[in-house]
Amino acid sequence: MVKKIQEEMERWEKTTLQKTLSKSPERQPSFQTTSHIELKRLYTPLDISHIDYCADLGFPGEFPFTRGVQPTMYRGRLWTMRQYAGFATPEETNKRYKYLLEHGQTGLSVAFDLPTQIGYDSDHPLAYGEVGKVGVAIDTLKDMEILFEGIPLDKVSTSMTINSTAAILLAMYLAVAEKQGVRSEVLQGTIQNDILKEYTARGTYIYPPRESMRLITDIFAFCKDHVPRWNAISISGYHMREAGCSAVQEVAFTLADGIAYVEAAIQAGLDVDSFASRLSFFFCCHNHFIEEIAKFRAARRLWAKIMRDRFKAKKDESCMLRFHTQTAGCSLTAQQPDNNVVRVAFQALAAVLGGTQSLHTNSRDEAYALPTEESVRLALRTQQIIAHESGVADLIDPFGGSYVVEALTNEIEKKSLEYIERIDQMGGVIKAIESGYLQEEIAESAYQYQKEIETKKRIIVGLNQFQMQEEPLKEILRIKPEVEQYQREKLKRVKRERNSTKVKETLAWLKKSAQGKENIIPPILEAVKSYATIGEISDTLREVFGEYRER
Amino acid sequence: MSRKIRVLIAKPGLDGHDRGAKVIARALRDAGMEVIYTGIRQTPEQIANTAIQEDVDVVGLSSLSGAHNHLFPKVVQILKEKGAEDILVIGGGIIPLDDIPELKKAGIKEIFQPGASPEEIIGIME
Repeated sequence: MVKKIQEEMERWEKTTLQKTLSKSPERQPSFQTTSHIELKRLYTPLDISHIDYCADLGFPGEFPFTRGVQPTMYRGRLWTMRQYAGFATPEETNKRYKYLLEHGQTGLSVAFDLPTQIGYDSDHPLAYGEVGKVGVAIDTLKDMEILFEGIPLDKVSTSMTINSTAAILLAMYLAVAEKQGVRSEVLQGTIQNDILKEYTARGTYIYPPRESMRLITDIFAFCKDHVPRWNAISISGYHMREAGCSAVQEVAFTLADGIAYVEAAIQAGLDVDSFASRLSFFFCCHNHFIEEIAKFRAARRLWAKIMRDRFKAKKDESCMLRFHTQTAGCSLTAQQPDNNVVRVAFQALAAVLGGTQSLHTNSRDEAYALPTEESVRLALRTQQIIAHESGVADLIDPFGGSYVVEALTNEIEKKSLEYIERIDQMGGVIKAIESGYLQEEIAESAYQYQKEIETKKRIIVGLNQFQMQEEPLKEILRIKPEVEQYQREKLKRVKRERNSTKVKETLAWLKKSAQGKENIIPPILEAVKSYATIGEISDTLREVFGEYRER
Repeated sequence: MSRKIRVLIAKPGLDGHDRGAKVIARALRDAGMEVIYTGIRQTPEQIANTAIQEDVDVVGLSSLSGAHNHLFPKVVQILKEKGAEDILVIGGGIIPLDDIPELKKAGIKEIFQPGASPEEIIGIME
């Protein structure tokens, strides 16, 4: 069979193809994906002849999970439609959440403002101008109570994009659940809690890497015992991709980070099978439709092998790469913003074809500001159309077996593994971050991408071709400057009304735990319940752990 | 021979999105300018001080967190207070069109929106 195809292909190349090429050459001398994988003209059974179906692809819900992590995929349950949202005050964001839930969203995803993410209260000098801007401002438990007012925490799953202050926000969430009478054992959700990519791409670090890793493993240990259905981390390639890296680098750097977390947890004395099933992942979905589908499949297979072969995980669930996807913010253009709706639809479709567990679709106006209610609704409708109208949700891994998708899946896995081996040789990902290797790789890819746009090697519709004169976007979401004042006054009120002796006691306990080896989450939980602020708790840890400075 | 244009690319505030800042820094370097990049999380005071110490001709500010209305004018104001109002200040990032007139009035020479090319930015500096 293979021999026959080979012969036929050679014949085709010499005759039919040659005739056409001699008259009209192809549009480009070569075609490449964003990861500089050379795309062949035609993929045939020859490209996948070496695949061992049972070992390399297998069946959905079984190792190596290439075809998906659940046995029935979206035929059983659709992915979670989870729009990342948060802005201004907890009062306003609470309204947006209720709006999204009313319109059929199935999970919440909290965006926090930068002061909350970096451990400063709204009245800190460095917070000026930033309060409530990129997300909701949270200073104390009081704000968190308002944020989830009227939302039953046993009914929704909540994802929180929070990293260096993840322990504090998780503690606040647990405290709110307790007040609602919901047991922590039933809570479902995710904290991002992925500090490594903060050093390489996202920038909301506080403490140095090694101290941050201790916080993270304390969270793993605490969640395993007290919040067993919670994803204790979302190992994120999204931000590195947004910062400019390629699809292959996204897989490689994310899984390299994942390896570091697993190693740290094992070193902290945890059994790999006790926590590995609570690791989750977060990827970007960019424009190259086929490469993106292959990327998700490659990531799943590679992670499964790493968990089994490198970490000797025994349970299948420990080897399962479950992930959230967000469409690529960096692919949105300020020019002709309606074009973004189309980009997002294709990216979302690729994410679904790649087998995502949850999905955020970006809004058309995000190159200008946070999205308006109307734009977010359209983005959510995009997912609903894919889910209910396109038919793709009725099939499991519909692109499985496609010659090109399987060939690219192999290629992305192979190239990612090469990167991971290089990082291993450097002494692991923390060393690679400390030396600046990862940051330089990402910056280099970003620069090449920009150059391709400048030279029109890469066409972005409306940006470097098909431009036109246009009216500026009329309605955008604006955060009122009064938000800052409002938050500060509320904070003042909370501080006046709380029991300050209790605050001092819990912070002292926290400091002692941080200096020693005791798990740090119980004192954080107590501090939060006494209405200690995020700034106070973070400052206590800054004193013990020190602060990271960019090289 | 005329002196090379010296530029400080700076990230004021808490925003960590530095893809654009790094790409621009490199493009300006390739265009023959001397470029210093501050790294993220700089206060307006730190930026103004670095600009003066490094004797730059231009400061390029980048912010994607929506804090530009507070941070950009502050940099111009501090430069002025320190007698360095001859330093050209420009900015870019996720900045709504409506904000641009106010920023210009506050002394920011030009604001570049997403999609602006390094060439346009180089044009303004020269």
